[in-house]
Amino acid sequence: MTMAETYQTPDGRTIGGQVMEMKNITLRFGGVKAITDISFDIREGEIRAIIGPNGAGKSSMLNVMNGFYHPQEGEVWFHGKKRGPMKPHQIAKQGIARTFQNIALFSGMSTLDNIMTGRLTHMNTGILKQAMWWGPAEKEETENREVVEKVIDFLEIQTIRKTPVGRLPYGLQKRVELGRALAAEPKLLLLDEPMAGMNVEEKEDMSRFILDVNDEFGTTIALIEHDMGVVMDIADRVVVMDYGKKIGDGSPDEVRNNQDVIDAYLGVAHD
Amino acid sequence: MSAGFYYGMEVFLNGLMTGVLYSLVALGFVLIFKSSGIFNYAQGVMALFAALTLVGLQDGQVPFAHLINSIFGTQVHHFGWHLPALLAILLTAGVMVILAIVVERYILRHLVNQPDIILFMATIGLAYFMEGFGDLMWGSEIKKLDVGIPQGGNLWIEESTAFLGGDDFYGFYLDSLDIVAAVFAGLLVLSLVLFSQYTKTGRALRAVADDHQAALSVGISLRFIWVVVWSIAGFIALVAGIMWGSKSGVQFSLSLIALKALPVLMLGGFTSIPGAIVGGLIIGVGEKMFEFLIGAPFLGGATENWFAYMLALVFLVFRPQGLFGDKIIERV
Repeated sequence: MTMAETYQTPDGRTIGGQVMEMKNITLRFGGVKAITDISFDIREGEIRAIIGPNGAGKSSMLNVMNGFYHPQEGEVWFHGKKRGPMKPHQIAKQGIARTFQNIALFSGMSTLDNIMTGRLTHMNTGILKQAMWWGPAEKEETENREVVEKVIDFLEIQTIRKTPVGRLPYGLQKRVELGRALAAEPKLLLLDEPMAGMNVEEKEDMSRFILDVNDEFGTTIALIEHDMGVVMDIADRVVVMDYGKKIGDGSPDEVRNNQDVIDAYLGVAHD
Repeated sequence: MSAGFYYGMEVFLNGLMTGVLYSLVALGFVLIFKSSGIFNYAQGVMALFAALTLVGLQDGQVPFAHLINSIFGTQVHHFGWHLPALLAILLTAGVMVILAIVVERYILRHLVNQPDIILFMATIGLAYFMEGFGDLMWGSEIKKLDVGIPQGGNLWIEESTAFLGGDDFYGFYLDSLDIVAAVFAGLLVLSLVLFSQYTKTGRALRAVADDHQAALSVGISLRFIWVVVWSIAGFIALVAGIMWGSKSGVQFSLSLIALKALPVLMLGGFTSIPGAIVGGLIIGVGEKMFEFLIGAPFLGGATENWFAYMLALVFLVFRPQGLFGDKIIERV
């Protein structure tokens, strides 16, 4: 299945060509191998999940994808080009946005300002023009503000627009963080445990937003979860990691029936 | 009201004026501390360096004249021109931007993720380097700085308030320079606030102050932000340097104003811009009033030297995060 140029999902969406391809990635911290020789791809328009037990190396993988970590071996290909050594902020400019497992919002700033920072990659006026609030700078602010307002409407967080995010409850903070990533109109959206620490109702809300983002904007999404249940419902394809190695890759059904995956999750009797 | 009351009020007003300058220096510290967690010991020397450069440019001094003369046996000292104050100030601002770029390129970039104490030591090194460099570049003699700010008691205020206290009172004595300094400091703070609230770079500045990782993930270049922050700190140092320099001449003791900013920061909190402003005003007013009410009559005077530190110490005991600082929460 992964070799074909495009494929059809059971619900009838057509998934396009490769957006990102990870080739034989190995990441070490000193002598410790966090990721060992992992390859997989992410295709245009799909929801791709990376799952695995705690400490499997999922977050490390996400950090490789957005450039926080640089793997010792392997290549990252983005939109058909091999990625050279780049800084995380340059990778963000290429169109990769992300959220964090332990929410990383700008807690002193309002919801609106937080989401506005997501537009930075789309704003180009020079610092002198901004300082003087010159025509182009003002126009740019207004245009980008419109995009942000759309994101706010989409996520149904109009009522907390002016609230400093540090004061918001956990579930809403997660939503604002998603908003900040969405505002960047990313080509690839990385979500690090978007449902971690949420109650059932919040999880359902978040799942719905993730599906809607994918459906309405056609955004390609890669997400990490260790809770298998939710992921199986929303993901098109799933990579399973355990102890830094890939132990499964395929549709949720394929993965669910994979013996290695079952062993990793349920434990296996050693005899 | 008795004349004594009005003299007290005059002391209060003078305290406010001094406080504004303390606030200004403290503000430079806070900006850098917020955005990079560095306590910039060199902030005071930056004010000195800015003032030296300003005087040098204004008077058309040849930079490194002593060095050039002793190597080549020449006798150059002055270019022979005299720059208008405004042009000299703009050029000096440019020099402060270059300084910011150099600091980022040759110091900060190499020390990313080092412990705070290492960065602090680096700024101490920077402070002494800049002091020596300023000396080498512009010479060490005390210079007169005159950018056209009026000085001396403001007659208008004195005359128009004289009626308040009856025969024994001759009106408030306020130095024009202090008033101008207060107005400029106010404008500077206001424009800083507007810049950080309503522009994208301002937003990026606040973002970096809050969370480096998240800032990187939305495409903010930390290096660019550090250059911006150090430039702004440089402008603030320039304004502080102009005010103190006009008051008491440009001399190397100017760098010691950094030490006066310390109690201000303890009072206001290291991470709070309003804190730096209010803290500066409290220290300014506090030390003048203390001297007037208690110090001079009962303690033999000269309390201004230590009062600020004493007050800061008391604050440290009861409110270690300062008036406006982020609350310190230890989880067990």
